[in-house]
Amino acid sequence: MAKTFDKNDDSVVVIVGSGAGGGTLGNELAQKGVNVVCLEAGKRFTLDDIENDWNTMFGRLSWLDARKGTGDLLAGLPLWVCKTVGGTTVHWAGASLRFKEHEFKAKSAYGNIADANLLDWPLDLHEMERFYSMAEDKMGTTGTHGIPRLPGNNNFQVMEYGANALGYKECHTGNMSINSEPRDGRPGCHQIGFCMAGCAIGAKWSILYTEIPKAEATGHFELRPESMVLKINHGKDGKATGVVYVDADGNTQEQKARVVAIAGNAVETPRLLLNSESSMFPDGMANSSGQVGKNFMRHTTATVYATMPGAVYWDRGTQMAGIIMDEVHNNPNRGFVGGYYMQTLPGFGLAWYSGNVGGMSKDSPGKWGRNYTREVVENYRNMAGMWLVGEDMPQEKNGVTLHESEKDQHGLAVPIVNFEDHANDVAMRNHAFIAGSNVYQAGGSKKQYQLGPFPSTHNMGTCRMSKNARDGVCNSTGATHDVPNVFISDGSQFTTGAACNPTLTIVSLAIRQAENMANMLSQNTI
Amino acid sequence: MTKKVSRRTFIQGSATAGVVVAGSSSVILNTKESWALSTETLSADTAQSLLVMARHLYPHDFLGDQYYAEIVSGLDEQAKNDSAIAEKLENGVKDLSKVIEGDRTYHLAFKDQSSGLQLENLNRIDGDDFFETVRGATLNGLYGNPRVAAMFGFEGSSVEHGGYINRGFDDIGWLPK
Ligand SMILES: Cc1cc2nc3c(=O)[nH]c(=O)nc-3n(C[C@H](O)[C@H](O)[C@H](O)COP(=O)(O)OP(=O)(O)OC[C@H]3O[C@@H](n4cnc5c(N)ncnc54)[C@H](O)[C@@H]3O)c2cc1C
Ligand code: SF4
Repeated sequence: MAKTFDKNDDSVVVIVGSGAGGGTLGNELAQKGVNVVCLEAGKRFTLDDIENDWNTMFGRLSWLDARKGTGDLLAGLPLWVCKTVGGTTVHWAGASLRFKEHEFKAKSAYGNIADANLLDWPLDLHEMERFYSMAEDKMGTTGTHGIPRLPGNNNFQVMEYGANALGYKECHTGNMSINSEPRDGRPGCHQIGFCMAGCAIGAKWSILYTEIPKAEATGHFELRPESMVLKINHGKDGKATGVVYVDADGNTQEQKARVVAIAGNAVETPRLLLNSESSMFPDGMANSSGQVGKNFMRHTTATVYATMPGAVYWDRGTQMAGIIMDEVHNNPNRGFVGGYYMQTLPGFGLAWYSGNVGGMSKDSPGKWGRNYTREVVENYRNMAGMWLVGEDMPQEKNGVTLHESEKDQHGLAVPIVNFEDHANDVAMRNHAFIAGSNVYQAGGSKKQYQLGPFPSTHNMGTCRMSKNARDGVCNSTGATHDVPNVFISDGSQFTTGAACNPTLTIVSLAIRQAENMANMLSQNTI
Repeated sequence: MTKKVSRRTFIQGSATAGVVVAGSSSVILNTKESWALSTETLSADTAQSLLVMARHLYPHDFLGDQYYAEIVSGLDEQAKNDSAIAEKLENGVKDLSKVIEGDRTYHLAFKDQSSGLQLENLNRIDGDDFFETVRGATLNGLYGNPRVAAMFGFEGSSVEHGGYINRGFDDIGWLPK
């Protein structure tokens, strides 16, 4: 069934990465009869490899190659993303929201914000609606296409109670790409509670067991796991000719290609372009604008944990099926532009929770000792929690550069990822902290802990779309301005980040890109 | 763990635990709670001091020493495979056994210090590499232990029980209606 292609076959589309962007693009192209070779650095697992254990799954799935965080990022682990077939959709929580209209026009809507590198997207909500709808159908997103919402777990009920008490109008269990009833050959959610370790029964949509097998069934798709792409080659005409990669046995190979689409998540995508420097592209491929690796966004995030007057058992059930949407509008009177959402989030087990509260919250009575265990640890069963996620400002100083001397296991320069909050990000986070704490106080909580950002899970903007070639790296189809047969196919494309979790938009853009690319291929324009 | 005890000699240890010393390794035997901890690399003094330290870091009166002993056992395993860790732990305990009073410094084994003095010493080294190594190991070893976590309300793996769909995912009873 699954086809194999010759390494010298220069008619194939090579996709780098099999996550939300790459996996979707691969399947969509294969369904249209386009031949695809997908190179994925990570291993291929099955549902049987998914266990309900946080440490085990973090170790099994995460991208742990050397990376350095600077600025506000954790030095040793700036990002939390996956290196595995299916990419970060194996870990993801499933929250699937559309951008708001004004969020595609950040520059026009927010005006000139000092130190922010804002830009309007070269496409709008109207254009995207059809693709959003196709993505929601593909992913089985609850609250769309007549798919019922998930039932609310205990942690959600605490949130909902507070939301109602405060007069918030839009609080429900969200738009989740998790089956609320059997659909598309996958079961309904059993409320297992380890969504972000990987869903052991496949109720949650993940590229690993949806797009990949469907693509393979077409006979137009070959997946090569444990294949790390090092460099994109090009010809004298400045067009890409193929990629160099290290295969599962450690041998260096070249795969020829008609088109190269990069979907390695927002650090590896620009890193690959920077590593593909040549005499023709001395600053890295597709980088005449100098914007490759710049404008890294990660959302303004934070977490509120609250001690409630009774037991919650927040680990039970779908982790992120719960949302308050009332704070997402743009109202500069609040002291910041853009908006944010509140989404349910539990503690990830006693060990992570007990380390994180002490390590990350000023509201904690230290990190250890009698007061800590009494107040923080021994209240575990009474905790409720939410994540705050909102739009952050693109800034040129935030991004990916290559280390001068340190190399990874493949001999590639280690990426340095820098992120520093913009003043707008800080103002939004402080507003969100208070709003989140209020929700729990309304439900009787006497003590809340505000935690800063975890390692970045939503990574965007490092090869952004722009109308003008001087402002960004790719155009509205994702094709790079400089190299017409090299495409950006993941969250790196985002011109700005909006408030919502990014994956629905990544998948929608990949569906759109597949449509455009298939047309260009058949019309011989690439 | 207990099997190794017979091959070694017992000597009297602290109030709660007996200690066996054989060469550089040790066994901590608690007859009251009927469990034993044997270490292969860490000395008896270090092992016992680490146990005391782990309890000071994350004390819970309702947890017996055996759960803390498992952390020491894990550290011993790490020390066996990595001499740098062994050295860090031995030196760290030595440092904790320093008592600084004004300009006078003397030595008193950490495990034999009063509880107040032990806390003072832990505060003195709070955040250093040794301290963070033991703290990290305690967080993981204690709270990552499913039997311990269950006592706090983290119920662990649920897929084999069919999730919580019929086991209380929405059973919150105390919220006002
Ligand atoms: C815990 C967690 C929860 C999340 N929850 C949500 C949520 O609820 N909603 C939401 O919208 N988003 C969520 N996200 C984010 C979401 O997972 C990402 O936005 C999405 O997966 C990004 O898609 P991507 O295609 O850009 O990259 P990824 O999905 O990360 O895929 C990139 C793939 O490329 C591979 N790769 C990279 N470089 C190379 C190379 N050089 N050669 C070969 N392969 C390479 C990687 O191994 C990886 O498999 C969550 C993330 C995490 C970690
Ligand atoms: S709660 Fe639902 S989505 Fe989450 S892991 Fe369980 S079955 Fe999968």
